[in-house]
Amino acid sequence: MTAYVVQRILSLIPVLIGVTLLVFLVMQLAPGDPAQIMLGAHATESDVNRLRVDLGLDQPWYVQYTRWLGGVISGDWGRSIQLKREVLPYLAGRFQNSGYLMLLAMALACTAGVPAGIISAIRQYSLGDRISMVLVLMGFSTPVFWLGIILQIVFGLLLGILPVSGIQSPGQSGTVDLLLHLILPALTLATAPMAIIARMTRSSMLEVIRQDYMRTARAKGLTERLVINRHGVRNALIPVVTVIGLQAGYLLGGDILVEIVFSYPGIGLAMVTGILARDFPLVQGAILMVAASYVVVNLITDLAYAFIDPRIHYGT
Amino acid sequence: MEPDLALPAAKPGAPTARGLSARDSRSHSPTYDALRRLRRDHAAVAGAGFLIFMVLVSLLAPLIAPADPTATDLAQRLRPPGSPGHLLGTDELGRDLLSRLIWGGRISLAVGFTAVLAAMSAGVVLGLVSGYFGRWIDPLIMRCIDVLMAFPSLLLAIAVVASLGPGLGNAMLAVSIVGIPYYARIVRGSVLSLRNQEFVQAARVVGASHGRIIVRHILANSLAPLVVAATLDVGWMIMAAAGLSFLGLGAQPPTAEWGVMLSAGRQQIRNAPHLSIVPGAMIFLVVLALNFLGDGLRDAMDPRLKQ
Repeated sequence: MTAYVVQRILSLIPVLIGVTLLVFLVMQLAPGDPAQIMLGAHATESDVNRLRVDLGLDQPWYVQYTRWLGGVISGDWGRSIQLKREVLPYLAGRFQNSGYLMLLAMALACTAGVPAGIISAIRQYSLGDRISMVLVLMGFSTPVFWLGIILQIVFGLLLGILPVSGIQSPGQSGTVDLLLHLILPALTLATAPMAIIARMTRSSMLEVIRQDYMRTARAKGLTERLVINRHGVRNALIPVVTVIGLQAGYLLGGDILVEIVFSYPGIGLAMVTGILARDFPLVQGAILMVAASYVVVNLITDLAYAFIDPRIHYGT
Repeated sequence: MEPDLALPAAKPGAPTARGLSARDSRSHSPTYDALRRLRRDHAAVAGAGFLIFMVLVSLLAPLIAPADPTATDLAQRLRPPGSPGHLLGTDELGRDLLSRLIWGGRISLAVGFTAVLAAMSAGVVLGLVSGYFGRWIDPLIMRCIDVLMAFPSLLLAIAVVASLGPGLGNAMLAVSIVGIPYYARIVRGSVLSLRNQEFVQAARVVGASHGRIIVRHILANSLAPLVVAATLDVGWMIMAAAGLSFLGLGAQPPTAEWGVMLSAGRQQIRNAPHLSIVPGAMIFLVVLALNFLGDGLRDAMDPRLKQ
């Protein structure tokens, strides 16, 4: 097992190098000269050239890349052109806000998705099963930015019971206020993962229900509830763990749209504002931070799967 | 596909596994059987019907749209649905909402189908080369694909648009690039499972060229999972492209595109909520129809998967 963990972590190194290279190249290819953008349209050519030399922009791309990568590793992610401040501490704060949102969304998705999938599987082809499967399909067909607007209209404008934008009300700083601000964006973000988790739990549970050990459990006289809970659910949830991990990718992407709809000050809002203002260091940092966290979440999912499924042997 | 379809394809110039079983007089072709099963799936049929309707509406947009989608009329701004001459009302610049929806559908559907076609073409070529030739090229292509897959899909699309600059064409290119790894992996997986099948080896023995083996034997047998994946993917591409437009990174105003309309409608959320509800509902319905059809196709092509 230890060997597997080490091997899995080592295998991340080329992927992470690839990710940094791609993020770097994507920004290199972007139109416009960063030095010109920093100094504004009225700067003289000699000023722009001096800044290019100062920033190392006159060097070949691989020199710039290694210098940038060195900075990324040592915690120097550059300065935001627009905000005139260090990128890393700024994005770290923003990422924390996004983290609250994604964790709450994931918790909602699991608490609703898993039981819905189990009940659907136990009552396969019942009316409830059919309805929930249609709802599931609707769940992942819904554009997250549209759902957010509908929830804003219903809960914010018509009912007036929940805040529709930002992270705290003016003059407030408590956890309750934060949670109230998180409800609508988290619900919006949770819908698609909830649907996918429900569908996966259902199909995994249907698979398990047909196994011999379930029949044996019934034959030895266990109540149906015990059979389902002790033998069914515990086995059915193993593949669901992977699906939950995979949803992290959706959450990290969908989060960007949700943050724009709800003007929620997370990393997605920072990224999009940065792109529109051509703030390259900020955008580069934000993309790198989200991509790196996705790689780490995938690693954790893989390892979690290895820990919970005793049938899998690793290290070979 | 199952290898049992493939037994007698050994003679030079013999029809492919797929083609041969289609001509087997005692049983129907797998495609025929799949279509028959699909016809019994009401949700999939409804999805297909709605999509055909939307494609027709989009094609006939110049004939059936009641007004020019970009013609502004400030005297008629923010008319509610049901106003005379404006069935769905008008937007903040007095443009007819129904006409913008019809023209917007044209863009969204075109973007969805074109992006999937582009992603599939590139992904199929990469997957075939990677799986069939193996050696050094397989790990090289797969590592590049690993890197692309290390990004959440929408983030990668945003990164590409950030690099190329906002615009509809760039957004379409971005969502296509995001789709490539998906198809490359499906095709590579099929190739690896088919490469050493008897009918492929037989074709090789009788001297069939690489191109012929790849196209007639391997690609033909990888089509079913590709068709299902592509159907489901069109929906994702439409949603992602609209999402990019919504963020201001895709189609730009005054283009009549559903994401742009939704984004502009948001500014009028208090006095004209339908301006954002209706375009979003169209994206939702088209994606839902594609998902119904894609699910139906998957069940019809491989009934064992149906659960």
